[in-house]
Amino acid sequence: MLEAEGLIGRSPDSQAYRWLPGAPGGGVAGSSPRRNGLRPLEPLRTPFHRRTSVLCESDSWRDWSGYTCVETYEPTPEREYWAVRNAAALIDVSPLFKYEIAGPDAERLLDRVMTRDFSKCRTGRVMYTSWCNEEGHLLQDGNVQRLAHERFLVSAAEPCLRWFEDCGWSMDVDVRDISEEIGVLALQGPRARAIGEAATTGIDFGAMRYFDLAAGEIGPGAGGGQVTVTRTGYTGDLGYEFWVASERAEALWDALVDAGRDHGLLPAGLLALDMARTEAGLVLIDVDYVSAVDAEIEVLKVTPAEAGLGFTVKLDKQADFVGRRALELERDRGPAWAMVGLEVDWFELERLWSEIDLRPQVVGQPACREPTPVFAPGGWQVGQCTTRFFSPLLKKYLGLATVRGEAADPGTELDVEVAVGYGRRRAKARVVERPFFNPPRKTAVDPTPGVNG
Amino acid sequence: MTAESTAASIGSGTPSRGGGRFDAIVVGAGHNGLVAAAYLARAGLDVVVLESSPEIGGATRSEEAFPGFRFSVFSYLVSLLRPEVIHELDLVRHGLFLVPTASTLNPLPGGDCLFREADPQRTYRHIARHSRRDAEALFEYKLEMRRMGHLMYRLQRAAPDELAAAIGDRVAESAEHLDVDVSAEVADIARYFLDLPAARLRSFVQMLTMSSADFLGQWFESDVLKAALSSSSIIGSMLSPRTPGSAYVLLHHYMGEVDGAYREWGFQKGGTGAVAATIARAARSHGAEIRTDSPVARVLARDGRTAGVALANGDELRAGVVMSSAAPQISLGRLLDPEDVPGDAGAGLVERAARWQSGGCAGKVNLAISGLPRFECMPEPGPHLSGGITIAPGLDYVDRAYDEAKYGGFSERPFIDMIIPSVLDPDMAPPGKHVLSCFVQYAPYELAAGDWDDGRREAFGDAVVRTLAEYAPGIEDQILHRQVLVPPDIEAIAGIPGGNIFHGELRLSQLFLLRPDPAAAAFRTPLPGYYLCGSSTQFGGGISGGPARLAALRVLDDLRGVESAAGGGAETP
Ligand SMILES: Cc1cc2nc3c(=O)[nH]c(=O)nc-3n(C[C@H](O)[C@H](O)[C@H](O)COP(=O)(O)OP(=O)(O)OC[C@H]3O[C@@H](n4cnc5c(N)ncnc54)[C@H](O)[C@@H]3O)c2cc1C
Repeated sequence: MLEAEGLIGRSPDSQAYRWLPGAPGGGVAGSSPRRNGLRPLEPLRTPFHRRTSVLCESDSWRDWSGYTCVETYEPTPEREYWAVRNAAALIDVSPLFKYEIAGPDAERLLDRVMTRDFSKCRTGRVMYTSWCNEEGHLLQDGNVQRLAHERFLVSAAEPCLRWFEDCGWSMDVDVRDISEEIGVLALQGPRARAIGEAATTGIDFGAMRYFDLAAGEIGPGAGGGQVTVTRTGYTGDLGYEFWVASERAEALWDALVDAGRDHGLLPAGLLALDMARTEAGLVLIDVDYVSAVDAEIEVLKVTPAEAGLGFTVKLDKQADFVGRRALELERDRGPAWAMVGLEVDWFELERLWSEIDLRPQVVGQPACREPTPVFAPGGWQVGQCTTRFFSPLLKKYLGLATVRGEAADPGTELDVEVAVGYGRRRAKARVVERPFFNPPRKTAVDPTPGVNG
Repeated sequence: MTAESTAASIGSGTPSRGGGRFDAIVVGAGHNGLVAAAYLARAGLDVVVLESSPEIGGATRSEEAFPGFRFSVFSYLVSLLRPEVIHELDLVRHGLFLVPTASTLNPLPGGDCLFREADPQRTYRHIARHSRRDAEALFEYKLEMRRMGHLMYRLQRAAPDELAAAIGDRVAESAEHLDVDVSAEVADIARYFLDLPAARLRSFVQMLTMSSADFLGQWFESDVLKAALSSSSIIGSMLSPRTPGSAYVLLHHYMGEVDGAYREWGFQKGGTGAVAATIARAARSHGAEIRTDSPVARVLARDGRTAGVALANGDELRAGVVMSSAAPQISLGRLLDPEDVPGDAGAGLVERAARWQSGGCAGKVNLAISGLPRFECMPEPGPHLSGGITIAPGLDYVDRAYDEAKYGGFSERPFIDMIIPSVLDPDMAPPGKHVLSCFVQYAPYELAAGDWDDGRREAFGDAVVRTLAEYAPGIEDQILHRQVLVPPDIEAIAGIPGGNIFHGELRLSQLFLLRPDPAAAAFRTPLPGYYLCGSSTQFGGGISGGPARLAALRVLDDLRGVESAAGGGAETP
């Protein structure tokens, strides 16, 4: 395992992996008896931590790649979720792993690793892509920014330095883990453009199309420090991500919060983000699919198509890429599994809950990640539902599920297991298109602030 | 029979525009009229909605009253809207967008407050400051009220005539002895009632008859909590929390839910006018036509059956079905000619309609302000500003406010139920500016001294601002624009006689079979083909769509010649 080799993306001198000799305060008293004088690793802090920690009144934190991240700022995530859909939310997504890929062969390396065609990725664009192993099994999905002709930035949920380096063997390219050098803030929601404009200088937000990238400066006047903005996000809404050198992170936070004050901006935690991404139908690694490197058994491995990411596979691209042959074979015989959206029938929920004399108790709960079985109507299991959640906006109980290919057509009737009180029942559900929620403003050209589109 | 075959069997034939023939005519384009039209059109009928005012929405209307500032003019929060209406009419697709209001703040004199948050532990701590016993009791109380709300919900969604049968004590013996058809749903309710633990049945009867102060007194000791909880017991009613019957109004509000969670409220993006617009879109998507500026003067009858309507301008529109969402003074008192009613069923109808209790008691003050209000108890912006904020610092306070109205004045220090729509939906006001929606009691329809139009309206507005300033000092200097509406304004703009927000008080004498009249209880009037579907019928007032849905299902059933009543949520037409 990568962890065992101690190589998880962080440079060896990183604070993350340095075991400091001696107990805090130098004395024996403070040291943990089990640690034998070695101080345990401190949790990592994102460069925004001093800002987020004072706002996190719930004290609900979650570990994300070793970083301490806010789960919800307030005790319940509702207001943060609605800020995403109705105003704007500021989400610290700094724990993403970030790699700079630079050099004359940078494009070649990406084209070799990634399923997407990077010869078509112009400078100033971002591409969402998958990458696979030789068997065509999905390793990860992530975004690639083309910062310059010979310089890219890859962001990913899990470490992948070794994979990129190995794939670039003998190429004239440099892969550098810059995860800790850069802080990332996602500004998401209908007011995101208005806030972004007020918080930066030198960026033409009106001209930024979906998945564009632009560079400017922090703050309303010049001199605030460099920031790179991408029109991307994990909420399915209008939104931007701001990439900033860690030293300037707090300045960026302050500028955005200032600009957001009159627009209903709220800092949002990971629970709200998870609700939004589910509505957007976006899959999450380790929840909706397992990376091939983590799959202990063969059946857990999926191809991009099976994880709902078939659109990122470009078999018509010139370059050979890892997994190509396997994916060509899959194209010919069709994927065995499919990632689908499920909508559980509301009246069915009412019926099941009324049997125990209650209205459906589904509202106000964060997305549930415990996998549950999906059945053919009245029949055998045909897959599993990996994320489910009642969307307070759509008023629908929705799920992301991996099902057998033959059960994947929109409109297909299936049964899903739902918890009703202490009981486990089967409820009728229907395969529906993803995303569940897809407002025009997400991709609109020159989006107008605050329009309910 | 399916919706499609219903349409076929009716054979509408000649769709018409600008007069002529329809399958059904709906009077009033308030949200209930629109819901009724949507259900009928969805079943394939050719439907026209006739609205007297230039705009749809009735009591749910929103307007940009001042440039950049949107007011939800009358109604302000949504909770009673039936999930079955939302799902069957696919309202989310047509624009329903409800942002929850998760907390309630009750500012108290001297910078204190009572705050109830979404998080139960915190709420416990807030209340424990006033009474530890009450903090504990609140959770039991809420659970009990949820059960009661569920019971009410089950009662209200059954058709009223069947309901009467169900409540009748002999229903237990056997449904066969009854001369009404008892659907499975009603038989179910009957069984349910009989199985209720005695304590719950007692609560139910208490809620129908007691004052909310007495009812709450059984649970709580702290005056501030009792006052806070009693707010929902007076909303829209010329009642004090100490008036017997007010406990029912409390229960009525516990029937509300958002997505199965009782007692949740939400703000419709754009104001409640957007709810009406959403339902109108749903109705139009099924082919319904909506005509504004079309006041209906009379329901036409021929051979003892409904034949259509005559507009005020003399135009006549033909249809075998007419549904009116207007209040009974209009629907039964003005539109219907008792002479047209077969037999003697029309006797006394007009007189009874005239005696219908629907005097207004509430006013609305909408403010445009230059920045967020700073409450003495919680001056900084925070989650409390996206919840409800209620000025009801004690039972005596509310009772006194009521007393003033009882004697024909308005409350000089009124009860105020406030939200800040622009915090919930930034599109309601320009960036940095805000709108405040204040629902105010009490304001009688008619003043004992003076005239609303003669300066009293503004004096009422001043009393509201003065009261707010006691808790949020400086608010008077933040006001940019103000809109003050009193019951005669509700009557004039929304077309509700007397200006009662529910089209008639929600008291036992005006509920269930008596709503709005024993001769017109099950949405049917004594004139065959003429139906009622507004807030003055079963389910009662509020933005619920509940009465209209049941009424429309009743119409469709009648058209199919089926005796059985409209079913529950699971059985969609
Ligand atoms: C100030 C105020 C605040 C409120 N706050 C809330 C709240 O926060 N939440 C909530 O749930 N409820 C609230 N309510 C109650 C709720 O708004 C009403 O109960 C509900 O909107 C009534 O809907 P309706 O369709 O039954 O009737 P209405 O909305 O009254 O519609 C009836 C329509 O019929 C039309 N009409 C009447 N006569 C004729 C005729 N002869 N010809 C043609 N058309 C005619 C009228 O013009 C009107 O448009 C409030 C009401 C008021 C007044």
